[in-house]
Amino acid sequence: MRDRGKRGRPVTEPPHLASAGEKQNRTGTGRPHLAVVGAGPAGLAGALAAAARGIRVTLVDAAGQAGGQFYRQPAPALGARRPQALHHQWRTWVRLRDGLDRHRTSGRITHRTDHHVWCVERDCASGRFRVHALLGPAQEEGGTVDADAVLLATGGYERVLPFPGWTLPGVVTAGGAQAMLKGGLVLPGRTAVVAGTGPLLLPVATGLAAAGARVAALVESAGPAALLRRAPALAAQPGKLAEGAGYAARLLRHGVPALVRHTVVAAHGTDRLEAVTVAALDRTGQIRPGGTRRVPCDTLAVGHGMLPHTDLAETLGCTLSGPAVRVDGEQRTDVPGVWAAGEATGVGGAALALAEGHIAGRSVAARLHGTVPDPGRWAAAARTRDRLRKFAAALDAVYAPPAGWAAGVTDDTVVCRCEEVTAGEVRVAAGPLGAGDLRTVKLLTRAGMGWCQGRMCAPAVAGLTGCPLTPGRRPFARPVPLGVLAALPDADGTGPDRNGPD
Amino acid sequence: MNPLELTRARPGEPFTVTFDGRPVAALPGQTVAAALWAAGVTAWRSTRGAGRPRGVFCGIGVCFDCLVTVDGRPNQRACLVPVHPGDEIRTQEGTGQDDARPGEAGPARD
Repeated sequence: MRDRGKRGRPVTEPPHLASAGEKQNRTGTGRPHLAVVGAGPAGLAGALAAAARGIRVTLVDAAGQAGGQFYRQPAPALGARRPQALHHQWRTWVRLRDGLDRHRTSGRITHRTDHHVWCVERDCASGRFRVHALLGPAQEEGGTVDADAVLLATGGYERVLPFPGWTLPGVVTAGGAQAMLKGGLVLPGRTAVVAGTGPLLLPVATGLAAAGARVAALVESAGPAALLRRAPALAAQPGKLAEGAGYAARLLRHGVPALVRHTVVAAHGTDRLEAVTVAALDRTGQIRPGGTRRVPCDTLAVGHGMLPHTDLAETLGCTLSGPAVRVDGEQRTDVPGVWAAGEATGVGGAALALAEGHIAGRSVAARLHGTVPDPGRWAAAARTRDRLRKFAAALDAVYAPPAGWAAGVTDDTVVCRCEEVTAGEVRVAAGPLGAGDLRTVKLLTRAGMGWCQGRMCAPAVAGLTGCPLTPGRRPFARPVPLGVLAALPDADGTGPDRNGPD
Repeated sequence: MNPLELTRARPGEPFTVTFDGRPVAALPGQTVAAALWAAGVTAWRSTRGAGRPRGVFCGIGVCFDCLVTVDGRPNQRACLVPVHPGDEIRTQEGTGQDDARPGEAGPARD
């Protein structure tokens, strides 16, 4: 039970400052305090840059170890002596990890692991922030971190478009297969097909093959012509092209056949995956008649690109640009005190996230010290950022899902995996029932109303109905136990928090 | 080759958990999902509508497809929850509320 008197806080202290979070964080140094949400490349780069410039940083992350998805580490108890065998750009990770260790030892960075952030609240009167998180794997208790500024480095998640059979066990997202491999050192099966579109498919296929899976095919819907059309933008990135060539060589070495301008049109099996049907696409992205083959497999790792996690930014009132958080040259959102970096501001990969995080951290440091930052100080990072954003835009145009994908989704295909809503029901909602936006489709069919809150099905529902893919506007970034909500203080500082659990 | 060999892992002593009553070996540090995958199990939920089998889909805690009942607590995301010696892991039927022990309803639904 809490007892404010014992902590000697003045009774007149605003309720926003008198919290469990303060107890955790106030060290009495008086240094300005930044909360960084997410310990992937963007969050780490931001935390290191700010901490090096006299800012006290609390790094809040859902995982048990830093790294995010790109640098996801195996659990220490697994005793991996060579985790880098599953990674790329390992030296960069070592630099980030060592930097984090140094700043943690010196007390400049506090790393809060197993903190699943569900909301960031801004107190309009004070301009300060409270980060609300659920703690530990159980996620039944809440915790808070209070800060003067927030850097949202929330990353992204995979877009997967539906096809008949995609709910069968054995069908996983490409990133999911990679996450389970990097974090748990396990494979989903013996024989895998890696399919969809996007630059993620190459490392997933080579990773699964290196770890001992037989990769029966890498199926990429984009064709070489699309790559050639973007040749000038792509050729401006010799490092990236070399990276791609490296993956191609590894595919060859592992004997992985690559099928470009092909797509998986169906997954087969009764209670688990047994095979997929792969079809050839014509130049317009439509399925070529007669060009199908059946590939036996027990695993399909499938993905169609990434989407930014923007829930926390949306709740704070940050303006979005398309699906991503809009930021200025300093990585500031349009809400005072809120910065954003990495995939949340537009999907572009780890190197871009590092540059954005670095710029954000430097900007935060200057602003919290009450000075105006000089962008000349981060000119190199800004050049990298501009270059990689152009590269990401070029890749985005190349790796679009095949134009005809929606036509291949049969009416009995489940589209909303949580609520088991079929493509037929979604089509009826948008057709005869006249729904013109995702929210109305959801209210009519329950598509997007389940556990995942539409994260998995929204791109599919949008594509099937022609409704625009609008932000979900979820008040909470994840399901929150009612007990955690009930224990929150009221706006006036009264309410159950006074006697609630700490 | 397997992932443990590739990363030259020296995991701690394996321990035993049960999945639907049968013993399954697990490694310290693994999640429930990783332990089940390593045992060749890919489905541990049946949907509440059509009763269809589900397991890991997103693998990073976003999709909630991998919900499972552990020690009488339903609705645990197998891809996030660490496995512990002696865990009783059960296939979650529907909402899992029939599996729940008193006071173990799991996280609230929205």
